[in-house]
Amino acid sequence: MLPRLFSFKGGVKPQTHKASSVQLPIGQAPLPARLYVPLHQSIGGQPNPLVEAGDRVGKGQLIGGADGWMSAAVHAPTSGTVLAVEDHLAAHPSGLPTLTVVLEPDGRDEWVERTPVDHRRLAPERVRELLRDAGVVGLGGAVFPSHAKLTAAETVPVDELVINGAECEPYMSCDDLLMRERSDEIVRGIAIFRDLLAARRVLIGIEDNKPEAVLAMQQAVAQLGEDYQVVAVPTRYPAGGAKQLIRVLTGKEVPASKRSTDLGVQCFNVATVYTAWRALACGEPVISRIVTLTGNLEQPRNWEVRLGTPLRELVALGKPKADTNRYLMGGPMMGFELPSLDAPVVKATNCVIAASPTMFPPNPPEMPCIRCGACAEVCPHELQPFELYWFARARNFGKTQEYHIFDCIECGCCSYVCPSHIPLVQYFRFAKSEIWSRERDKNAADAAKARFELRNAREEREQAEKAERLARAAAARAADKKAAATAAVAAAAAAESGAPATAVAATGPTAAAGSPISAPANAPRPATPATAGDAEAIKKATIVAAMERARAQREAVQPKNTEQLSSEQKRQIAAVEARRAAPPARAEAQATSAAAAGSSLPETPDRTGD
Amino acid sequence: MIITLAIMALGAVVLGAALGYASIKFRVEGDPLVEKIEAILPQTQCGQCGYPGCKPYATAISAGEAEINLCPPGGMDGVRKLADLLGREVKPLEAEEKPRQVAIIDEQTCIGCTLCIQACPVDAIVGAAKQMHTIIEPLCTGCELCVKPCPVECISMQPIAEKLDNWKWKYPVIEIKRAA
Repeated sequence: MLPRLFSFKGGVKPQTHKASSVQLPIGQAPLPARLYVPLHQSIGGQPNPLVEAGDRVGKGQLIGGADGWMSAAVHAPTSGTVLAVEDHLAAHPSGLPTLTVVLEPDGRDEWVERTPVDHRRLAPERVRELLRDAGVVGLGGAVFPSHAKLTAAETVPVDELVINGAECEPYMSCDDLLMRERSDEIVRGIAIFRDLLAARRVLIGIEDNKPEAVLAMQQAVAQLGEDYQVVAVPTRYPAGGAKQLIRVLTGKEVPASKRSTDLGVQCFNVATVYTAWRALACGEPVISRIVTLTGNLEQPRNWEVRLGTPLRELVALGKPKADTNRYLMGGPMMGFELPSLDAPVVKATNCVIAASPTMFPPNPPEMPCIRCGACAEVCPHELQPFELYWFARARNFGKTQEYHIFDCIECGCCSYVCPSHIPLVQYFRFAKSEIWSRERDKNAADAAKARFELRNAREEREQAEKAERLARAAAARAADKKAAATAAVAAAAAAESGAPATAVAATGPTAAAGSPISAPANAPRPATPATAGDAEAIKKATIVAAMERARAQREAVQPKNTEQLSSEQKRQIAAVEARRAAPPARAEAQATSAAAAGSSLPETPDRTGD
Repeated sequence: MIITLAIMALGAVVLGAALGYASIKFRVEGDPLVEKIEAILPQTQCGQCGYPGCKPYATAISAGEAEINLCPPGGMDGVRKLADLLGREVKPLEAEEKPRQVAIIDEQTCIGCTLCIQACPVDAIVGAAKQMHTIIEPLCTGCELCVKPCPVECISMQPIAEKLDNWKWKYPVIEIKRAA
């Protein structure tokens, strides 16, 4: 029985251009001479490098450990030697560098030990951890760590698990071919996500312009005896957006401030499901992905490419035509122009399009907005792009937020239909990143203010404490003086009464000398009567003991937050330690001279108290 | 006539009492305007405005003692926001507008005198006497207060480099249609 389908508002129907790249099966891209594996390939924290230059790594070895929960690990795509861990151009519109592991393959392509597991025998937490450490992220292009999406909302059980095979972007066909050729593993992989989320129903949504993929998936589902529904959804861009596909398949509309799990739905891309299956059932982490190489080429095709392959080598496989002038990563609607072909293939690289001026003519000049409302009609999130444009252009960011700019998925429908050729999405991206940057600045300013106030409070407190200490010392000194005076008076009285010896012995040398002394009042007095020379010796001994204690304390303190240093930092530390250890004699001489001078150092602020 | 007067007098007394009670009960602690001004200031605590921190400057602005264009880290953007808030006229910034900077200690030259630590208003420098000091970059507000006290001139101000985490999409460049 076919389920009832719903429809989302808006959307466009651009030419799909998918036919050319599905003629050939998925090809295995050859091993390149060098691999540039960026550490930061997913949303969340940047993984920490676990290798250094000169290390030998095996295929699938962990080279970047996930940084906290919201991060995903990175692995060596083949066996070989690490040449460097350094900054290299990122596959990002900015053309800025990012920390990258440069790997020279040895050609043997030897796996490290793989440990297949059965997810049904493991605790759900363990499965999520395994997925994170296998680097499983959303391969539809958003690269959101998958394990972080695998927790159901506490109050709402997951009714539907939506598997996204819609692939609505023009030119792209990597998911299509994956479903045609590896439907079996995708269907097996769905079980992992279904079990983790305890989903009642699984819906696989595929656009109806991919009948072969629908058929392959249906056959695989039937063969494995699962009760998943494979649904052909009408072809309309952006049907492959998570919220749009959920709307089409389930009729549920995810509100702006909520997640789909709050409504009992979760959505995963087919390629993500495939990699999750490989990660658990074969023990193979994500080290390659399928990339559609298409556009102005002699031989458009889908390739299984190792992550880190320089795009130059990948593009050469498709034999670009002579008039190719630029390359796009991602589709023509949401993708961006690559700054250079030196950038590597990353987990987000689903498609590379060679573009020529005839294929993608340069944008006609921007004309004034005539407020025709065409953009609002096609916006799948029912926003009003012409209003957003107006405010973004005027840098009135507060207003853009009032008009819900953060609900914009940057699908590009509005720019596509705009009769004035206004690059609307560019304005929205500009406004969003400007808002984020201001938020960062604001948070930094608030934190700075808090630290400033804390510091002021601390200084006041320290001053008050010092004043109190001084007052106490003065009071003690005065009391001491008074006591000495009374003792002297008593001694005089005693001498008169005829018992001088005991009195002198009792009051000690200070009273006997007849001079009330200003020895530190709170310093422990020697129990036995001592001479002035002895007092000096005791003082010295106390200083030596204090220094000894300080040294012991220093040694007892273990350096912290040094567990995850890079090799470069470790080397620097080792060099510094060596330098410090070399002339111990000089350091000691300094220490004693400092002690003799009575510590001429300025007072060190105490940071540990706050 | 008497009754009318009595009613008016009674009304005045009752309303006066209510207002007096409200002014005690719903008293606002601190000056809300100062807080609003302070929220706009960049909290570098640099003192470049001539006041010993952002709050004193905000207080001075609210009292009408200070101009709104004395904060170089806030830039023209800050001046505009203050002008908006206070209904004053936008004035050009007194000083030159600089890009955001952070202080960097040359750790080879540092002698560990702790003077910069005492100067830093936001506790962004770590170190101890005769030990190397270093600046915690994300906490540094770029106020330059640590530069002067350093006896060996090992602190320099460097503009914040553009990285992937702070990169921003640029304002779309509008092509002007060429006249034929």
